[in-house]
Amino acid sequence: MPKIKYIEHNGKEHDVDVPVGWSVMEGAVKNLIPGIDADCGGACACATCHVHVDPSWTEKIPPKQDMEETMLDFAQELTPTSRLSCQIKVVSELDGLVVRMPKSQH
Amino acid sequence: MAEHFVIIGAGQAAAQAVATLKAEGYSGAITVIGDEPFAPYQRPPLSKAYLSGAMERDRLFLKPDAFYAEAGCELVLGTAVASIDRLQRTIALVGGRVLPYNKLLLATGTRVRRIPVPGETLPGVHYLRGIADVDTLRAAFEKGAKLAVVGGGYIGLEVAAVAVRQGLEVTVFEALERVMARAVSPELSTFYQRVHREAGVRLELNTGVEAFEGEGRVSSVRAGGKSHPADVVLVGIGVVPNVELAKDIGLPCEDGIVVDDCTRTPDPAIFAAGDCTRHTTHNGRLVRLESVQNAIDQAKHAALAMIGRPTSYKEVPWFWSDQYDLKLQIAGLAQAGDVLVLRGDPSARKFAVFHSRNGAVAAVEAVNAAPEYIVGRKLIAEGAKVAPERLADTSVPMKNIAQA
Repeated sequence: MPKIKYIEHNGKEHDVDVPVGWSVMEGAVKNLIPGIDADCGGACACATCHVHVDPSWTEKIPPKQDMEETMLDFAQELTPTSRLSCQIKVVSELDGLVVRMPKSQH
Repeated sequence: MAEHFVIIGAGQAAAQAVATLKAEGYSGAITVIGDEPFAPYQRPPLSKAYLSGAMERDRLFLKPDAFYAEAGCELVLGTAVASIDRLQRTIALVGGRVLPYNKLLLATGTRVRRIPVPGETLPGVHYLRGIADVDTLRAAFEKGAKLAVVGGGYIGLEVAAVAVRQGLEVTVFEALERVMARAVSPELSTFYQRVHREAGVRLELNTGVEAFEGEGRVSSVRAGGKSHPADVVLVGIGVVPNVELAKDIGLPCEDGIVVDDCTRTPDPAIFAAGDCTRHTTHNGRLVRLESVQNAIDQAKHAALAMIGRPTSYKEVPWFWSDQYDLKLQIAGLAQAGDVLVLRGDPSARKFAVFHSRNGAVAAVEAVNAAPEYIVGRKLIAEGAKVAPERLADTSVPMKNIAQA
């Protein structure tokens, strides 16, 4: 199972195994990792699962679709590697992925 | 004795209340009682990704089991509540167990509205509310089967969209003159009617269903004076709030358990949150909302009120619906008399309808239009005034829309 490293805003790291086919958001929520709210449960409807993907990984993740792009436009603490974690599907190539959570999702 | 909070209902509001109680430092015991045999799960995917098979059951659950254990929360599932004793502050479960409570949260949700016509109990006539309902409905989804959907609301149309893509022959019967009439503006209804028809769904508007017919199982739907063959029927004509427990103990109920802006009932030990409540919304209107947003936000306020820190619930309501490749996002509550402003082009499958009230943005319905939705939601919260002609002007980016 791919291992994903989630880093909280305060620097606390969580390494968890996330099943292929799940989203990066689900990997956090189902492992009780703080910093991702995901109010809408992964429908790309609320923009409360914002993460900063480690720059070494951005190329390996499929690009944003329109909806994610525009939802993110209005997120706080936006960076060039910002993504909505509900839209990143876990595949075996993402083993070792590192994402950081912003200070707040609202 | 340590404090004991009881939550009746095991849905989105219950899970959120437990999370907030824990996050805000509540250290007593919590018991969550649910009549379905499942820990709290997401309902929105039921009529979408779970029905289509794109999302397996495990992924529906809102929290892992460890979450409840860590929060000191016992889940009592597959169990209904028989009665509440306000004087003794106890709850009697069906089966005889009695639980004391210091504070009680009613998060009882809703149940489907049944259709009062002959044949309603025939095998093959389905409703959709829980996991078990979808499991049975999905088993009946065979390519080429004739599906009759009764009710052109969110549930009916989402199911129609999934079914038609799976090769079923779908007919939607809607008693009113347009689909989603209760939820969206006429512009949106017209747009969605066209989209569904283009996808191959037959829409029968202004057509109330009179009966389900068949020997031993449903074989046709009687509607508009005609019989329409059907192998499977899904009835989606709305829900009714579960208020009986509250009513039995004399709490005020009127299409929902009436609570104040801090989720309190007149009983200082009893609170209510989610679909089952009637409450004042951000602009002072008395409403009952059926949404994830309301369940989450109201449950947060309820948890705070239960630990003695009541705060006023003022969040702007928001909703979404997925049909085909279209994401519908709505913020605010429309009202008769609103001035409707179209921004963008429906034929491009990307547009929004703003509802302007006394010059301020009161609601927005956005189709594949996240900027309109997100900025709209902010404008609604702020009560910002934006001229209708400016809202309609797509040459002004949404980011700059509020600057006159």
